[in-house]
Amino acid sequence: MVGTIPTTSATGGRRSRGPRGFALAFALPMPVWQTLFFVAALLFLIVMTFWSVRNFRVEPDFTMANWVKMLSAGYFQDTYFRTVWYAALAALVASLIAFPCAYGMAFKLSPSFQRIVASSLILPYFTSYLVRAYSWKILLTENGVINGVLGYVNLGPFAMTSNLFAVLVGYMTLILPIVILLQYFSLAHVDRRLIEAAHNLRCGALRTVIQVVIPSARTGLILAATFAFILSFGDFVSPSFLGNNKPPTLSILMVDAVKSGSQWPRAAVVAITMVATLLLVAFLAMAFAYGRKAESR
Amino acid sequence: MIHTTPRGRRSVTRRGFIKGSAAAIGLTATSGAWAQSGDKVVSLLSWPGHGAQDVIGDFEKATGIKVQAKEYTGGEEMMALLQSSPPGTYDVVLSDAEYVIQLQQAGLITELDAGAYPLDDYWPEFQQFPAQYVDGKLFAIVVDYGFLGLVYNSSVLSREEVDSYAILSSEKVKGKVGMYDWYLPNMMCLSLANGNRPPHDIDGAKFEAVKQSLFALAPEMSGIGVWSSVFSQLTNKESLVMPGVGAWAALLLEQGGVPIKAVVPKEGGLQWTEMLAISATSQKQDLAVQLVQYLTSPEGQVKEATKSAYWASIPNKAGWKLLNEQNPKAAESLEHRLDKRNVMDEFKEGKIFIRDVPKQQSIEVWNEAWTEFKNM
Repeated sequence: MVGTIPTTSATGGRRSRGPRGFALAFALPMPVWQTLFFVAALLFLIVMTFWSVRNFRVEPDFTMANWVKMLSAGYFQDTYFRTVWYAALAALVASLIAFPCAYGMAFKLSPSFQRIVASSLILPYFTSYLVRAYSWKILLTENGVINGVLGYVNLGPFAMTSNLFAVLVGYMTLILPIVILLQYFSLAHVDRRLIEAAHNLRCGALRTVIQVVIPSARTGLILAATFAFILSFGDFVSPSFLGNNKPPTLSILMVDAVKSGSQWPRAAVVAITMVATLLLVAFLAMAFAYGRKAESR
Repeated sequence: MIHTTPRGRRSVTRRGFIKGSAAAIGLTATSGAWAQSGDKVVSLLSWPGHGAQDVIGDFEKATGIKVQAKEYTGGEEMMALLQSSPPGTYDVVLSDAEYVIQLQQAGLITELDAGAYPLDDYWPEFQQFPAQYVDGKLFAIVVDYGFLGLVYNSSVLSREEVDSYAILSSEKVKGKVGMYDWYLPNMMCLSLANGNRPPHDIDGAKFEAVKQSLFALAPEMSGIGVWSSVFSQLTNKESLVMPGVGAWAALLLEQGGVPIKAVVPKEGGLQWTEMLAISATSQKQDLAVQLVQYLTSPEGQVKEATKSAYWASIPNKAGWKLLNEQNPKAAESLEHRLDKRNVMDEFKEGKIFIRDVPKQQSIEVWNEAWTEFKNM
């Protein structure tokens, strides 16, 4: 008996080492990918911000000129704050539009209907976002469908492209289904007993939502908004195609820097500023989502 | 290797998986290599449309050479692509005339054998077109050209109203002025509007005045678009007028029934000139020569004139004749009729200035002004 234990253990050990090694081999591509294409690329991007451009050619150097140039340029500062504002607005608008929808899905629909609606929210992603954003032009322009219909009742035409409204419509095309899904997943996990308890204590419907449902689903709701901010902040398609590049956002500024003189180092400065901003926003959002929750416990 | 487990399910072993993966990778790599060595491929760096099937389809069929096109949408972008690509990436380069000297000085293009191309068939103005030559040696050859001034919606604006660049600041087009996203044609047209001749060779004070003219247009703007946006903004009436654009956009839209016309205002217009050159590092010089020969031949010229990306004037007189025979309507629209007033007359009248890069300031200074304007 005693003698059999090590044997079993050894065999078991070999058996468990085998599948673990196999699993590790499968898991390896992701960290390798991340190291190569995120960490290494990010480090390269940082290094490139100190390089210079001569005769359209990027050359290794160690100069602060790109940082000084971009950070002191009035157009960069304006564009930076504009992009933050656009992304924050998009996250807020998407969260507000998404909430009733996600709430309805989580609390009012049967499980089978919930699955159908959740699947339908994934469907838009079968088509390229570029195509979806561009097709809004058919609806929004002065000659478009919406102004055409409004024209029948002597309204308009309204300017619905080349402005913040158009850019927001594009952002919603990109983020709204994701925000609804993330909010839905989070609301679906709210403990129903808490809601029943609130009702039993004569808490009104709206108060229950504000004081019970939203705090319970807070982590997911914040994550959804953060996701919306991140996607909108870096988006190029909506401000370019629906906003017609004017005024620009940081992604447009980055493309401009490269297009108009091979200024990869200056584009890298814009990119690093964007990455730093996103990391900060993600960190603050996580702290807000998890930190106070832990505190309240 | 796939094994059947005692429960009847099939499982993949490590060795089998690795073997399978290696085999798959090997197969992909070999088939890729076959595709590479089996094809005669020539790569072309150009503005959009020159590598499309409607232009080079017949050439590919006749010669068995496949044209692989990479497109750019601005001279600086072309320079950047060439400078940042490994030598030999591109065999043929289609460049705007103003960048040929930079390409030559950077050693990126090679001298051409004048006898190999149909220069004798060209209009005399283009046989000796200055930008083709560096120190008397032929480095590039004109393939098409056009004029830039204003394009406008003719259902809203009259021909008289657009006879001057002053229309851009008129109340009638407030919020409806569009621009193509490139500083060069827009700022050069505004320089012409300010009375600068030639528009690119101006001192600091005149440049400052051009900048102010540009900035003053900020409230008039509907948008600054990429290539495709020029067409959609004009079609959707987001923009009623655009400076720095010409027949290349108007003719195509007119074909589609959109009331857009091009005009060279009284202050003058610019000529854009696209030229073909062969990369100095090309490993396929013979294939590159064949492509350049085709695009400058009468057949290739007709295709260039009416390509689906944008229509253009052509420098080959034999190409004009063929165009008049094959497609008289297009010859009429392009003002390429040999028996009546045509684009060559406009060229001779002195209203047209060859578009060039800034002379007294760096490109960067003009670009900065453009970026600042976009942000307004």
